[in-house]
Amino acid sequence: MENTLSKKTKNVLTVVAIALFLILVYIGDITISPGSSWKMMITVIEKGSIFALVAASMNLLNGFTGLFSLGQAGFMLIGAYTYAIFTIPAKSHNAVYQYFDGGLIKWSLVEILEDKIGIVGHYIGMLIPMIGAGLLVAVIAFLIGIPVLRLKSDYLAIATLGFAEILRAFFQWNTLGPVTNGSNVLRKYATYDNAIFPVVVSGICIAIILLLINSTYGRAFRAIRDDEIAAEAMGVNLFKHKEMSFVISSFFAGISGALLAMFQTTINATPFNTVMTYEILLIVVIGGIGSITGSIIGAFLFTAASEWWLRGLDAGSWLGINSSLMRPGFRKVVFAILIMLVVLFYAQGIMGSREFSWDSFLAWIKGRPEAIKTWPARRKAKAAAKKEARATKAAARAKAKAAKDEGEAKKASGEKLFTALPVSDEVMVFGKEGK
Amino acid sequence: MINTWLPYILAGIAVGGQYALIAIGYTMVYGILRLINFAHGDVFMWAGLIMVYLVTILPIWASIIVVIIFAILLGTSIEKVAYRPLRSAPRMSIMISAIGVSYLLQNFALYITGGLTKTYPTIKWLQKSVKIGSASTKMVTVITPILTIVLVVLLVLLIQKTKIGMAMRAVSRDFETSSLMGIDINRVITVTFVIGCGLAAIGSVLYFSNYTGIQPMSGAMPGLKAFVAAVFGGIGSVPGAVVGAFIIGVCENLIKGAGWTTFSDAFTFVLLIIILMVKPTGLFGEKNIDKV
Amino acid sequence: MKKFSVLMLTLLLAMSMLAGCGGGGKSGGWDPEGDTIKIGVFEPASGDNGPGGKQETLGVEYANSLQPTVNVGGKDYNVELVIVDNESDNAKAVTAAQSLVSQNVSVVLGSYGSGVSIAASDVFKDANIPAIGISCTNPQVTEDCEQYFRICFLDPFQGSVLANIAHDNGAKKAYCLSKLGDDYSVGLANYFAEAFKELGGEVVEEQFPDKNSDFTSYVANAKKAGCDVFFSPTSIEAAALIIDQADAQALGMPILAGDTWDSNVITNAAKGKNVDITVTTFYPEGNSPDFDNGIKAWLEENADKKTNNGGNTDIAAVTALGYDAYNVAIEAIKAADSGDPAAILEALPSLNLKEGMVCGEVKFNDVGDAEKTEVFVKKCNTEKGAWDLLKVQVAE
Repeated sequence: MENTLSKKTKNVLTVVAIALFLILVYIGDITISPGSSWKMMITVIEKGSIFALVAASMNLLNGFTGLFSLGQAGFMLIGAYTYAIFTIPAKSHNAVYQYFDGGLIKWSLVEILEDKIGIVGHYIGMLIPMIGAGLLVAVIAFLIGIPVLRLKSDYLAIATLGFAEILRAFFQWNTLGPVTNGSNVLRKYATYDNAIFPVVVSGICIAIILLLINSTYGRAFRAIRDDEIAAEAMGVNLFKHKEMSFVISSFFAGISGALLAMFQTTINATPFNTVMTYEILLIVVIGGIGSITGSIIGAFLFTAASEWWLRGLDAGSWLGINSSLMRPGFRKVVFAILIMLVVLFYAQGIMGSREFSWDSFLAWIKGRPEAIKTWPARRKAKAAAKKEARATKAAARAKAKAAKDEGEAKKASGEKLFTALPVSDEVMVFGKEGK
Repeated sequence: MINTWLPYILAGIAVGGQYALIAIGYTMVYGILRLINFAHGDVFMWAGLIMVYLVTILPIWASIIVVIIFAILLGTSIEKVAYRPLRSAPRMSIMISAIGVSYLLQNFALYITGGLTKTYPTIKWLQKSVKIGSASTKMVTVITPILTIVLVVLLVLLIQKTKIGMAMRAVSRDFETSSLMGIDINRVITVTFVIGCGLAAIGSVLYFSNYTGIQPMSGAMPGLKAFVAAVFGGIGSVPGAVVGAFIIGVCENLIKGAGWTTFSDAFTFVLLIIILMVKPTGLFGEKNIDKV
Repeated sequence: MKKFSVLMLTLLLAMSMLAGCGGGGKSGGWDPEGDTIKIGVFEPASGDNGPGGKQETLGVEYANSLQPTVNVGGKDYNVELVIVDNESDNAKAVTAAQSLVSQNVSVVLGSYGSGVSIAASDVFKDANIPAIGISCTNPQVTEDCEQYFRICFLDPFQGSVLANIAHDNGAKKAYCLSKLGDDYSVGLANYFAEAFKELGGEVVEEQFPDKNSDFTSYVANAKKAGCDVFFSPTSIEAAALIIDQADAQALGMPILAGDTWDSNVITNAAKGKNVDITVTTFYPEGNSPDFDNGIKAWLEENADKKTNNGGNTDIAAVTALGYDAYNVAIEAIKAADSGDPAAILEALPSLNLKEGMVCGEVKFNDVGDAEKTEVFVKKCNTEKGAWDLLKVQVAE
């Protein structure tokens, strides 16, 4: 291709872009005053990057390995709780675990390490429980995976959904109160103080996911997705690879759970329900199943739209439009309709299964003026094609009707069309599954 | 002993019958389309919600009829709009579409109700208190299992004896071949949705007469439980779904009675996972089903 | 490394997309040159606490309609209410609170339900914007948050009052039903149980899961355990279902509940049924005739407001509290003589309001809680479908 940039240029471009973005986020978070409407953008970036991570982890499973799992919210729940439990400062334990005599664990990893090695210890004290949260989730996912991953598509989906619900009840169980605080919120645990933290952590995690996808393992995952039997025939150990994808995906879901806990500053188990999983799934779908870039874009769009841009729809005026239709709840209706439109008419999502690259990005930019110029012509062509299709369909229908009438006429005249097959008289109403 | 547990068993049988009416919709749609119709629970919720609004303008008996028609129209149009165009798409897409429809129905209900719980209209006869042994309960508790069984017998007769029933069995066996044999697949699927949603509407009348609050999420849990019931009984089998629903209903209430209230919902899923592990074909399912 | 870079770049793209579509970049702080002061209303309009949140918002809106301007530094400012829906969800509460902060509100009112208030308290803390809790009764709301104030009584107090009522009626064994994952519900049940045990009673505690609508077994459990009183501090949603089942199964013991149950939803549900319901609350209808008549007329005039009130003009206690909250905010703005959040924050602790408060005196203590000493005990009149004031309990 004539327009390809050299590898070096691309690398320079990427590094510059990342640095610029990080600096912007960092400075933005420091300088933007809380009362500014731009503050909302920082919030969206924080939450968006957390959901980008969990969406990417779900995509690894659903999009790249073809395992339709709906357990993501449950895994986030474990991650969030694990992180929070080990970072609540000792002096706050009595206030947080007020119904459980200060709880069982009366120390905080953050504090212990901070005492030993100062401010570095503070951050290490945050990172250890965060990674620990991921590891714990991975272990639990490993155990769940052994029985569950033998199931196929919809059965896997419903079983993982079930596990998430069981986990939720478990964490709210009063008997575990001294550790999980039962039904009450956990709060006062260590949180980050600049929006750059979740962005960097999510970024590193997603980078690892990308590296994995492009490794031999990633190719094995895709082979399983495309054709299990063929993959097995080629020597891919199905169970081992499925389990691996499941465990890795859950690990990152756990990390994003820990990040979400930090973002929210308080957590309890109730919001980690099926609706949350569905929202993550919809992010993946909007971005494109099988594209990590898509999941990232999807996460930011989803968060910004639902938390920020469309909020006016609830309040009665949006983009200067006032309507009595706009009352609380309208935002969610509009949002749900948008999602259905994507699912039905734009099934490949924003990115399909492509990833971002400088070449295609530049080509896309270059193509814009031309595309805009030719738009009316293309639209006309499309309309014409549609019309033709309709005509063909109508003709086919007419033909079919004629054939049917002919058959009816024959039938009426007593001609036998075909002989009936014997019907079995078993009690089963619906029997074996076909192809 | 029996007196202590009687109220739980009665409640379990009643709620089991209501789950059964929803579960039939899941099992039939799954039998034919191989699709977990996630929106089915929400159709059920909408049937309840529409009833609340209808009784203000119509007498109760007329409202019930309109509610059934409404649920049928809603269900079949969901199939036409959201499932039919994706029939040749991968299985995951059509499930995502189902989840999307469910999300839309819930949010639309949220908008219409403004987030307020609506109280289901009182159907005097159903809500009358009756005494069975030492337990007192609502009339609907007694009616539900009877009505459920009658409807299921009728349904099984329909499937076994009529031409459309034969077509349904054929399609559930082999989708492609039956279309080659001249069966109008679309018609069969529409009929499946008509039956499923009609029964869900009847179920909603019984369910909400017993538990009178309706809010946008009211359909989600009963829907999931009914699906588990369908899997438990062996998906694709109508009698299986009914038996599964009764078992789940009774167990759930006994568990609450035993003091494990925190886990009453979780139990359903534990049961599901055990069944999938041990006997993936369910109680009445045939072998060789391509599930595992 | 390259892939990592690619990824970060997409983040950049996403952000520039956001930036392109976002609103104007006006910098924060209250603008004395303008002509408005914004008061944020942080209430649930959907979810479990939707009905209660709406009734509370009504009180604020009514107070706003009576007093739509405030005089600061010799200039009249319009008071604009910025209402956001926190969806009764701790996860959504943070961003909802953030959206209030980013719209430059001077002070925040709310919320109904303690969980969302606790979740949002850090946002208000970071922005240093004062928040006035209206009916969030869990002690944790104001603890360690200088920005959070509150104008209602607390759960330990309410719990012990309720336990005393149960005890005085001769109850020996109480059945406590609370909702899993609901701070308010579990908290109040805990305080009740503590107080009731101290009085020598016995307690059976159970919890029901989220989205549960089948209360048959819980009612049966209470009967089976041989309890004398059924205590269920739950949301209104669950309340109507519990009443229904209690009637169907002939519960045969009085039902006790906290402030959430003081709503016309409950009286409607209990009308004509064989149940005995007693609740503790912040305000009984009839306590302040001016307020009662005024808000009834206002509800009659505004059909959509009346719908939010559950279709009639019965006054919920939280509506009265919402009315008080708005007036407290206005008084604080006057005392600060500024719309600046920091100035209002400083002025709030010095307030001592008696005039115009329909739910009793408001004077904040060190923690930021108004010391309310009165609890109204109401009993449901199932014939008329209305509340009867039983007594006024005053703390020693």
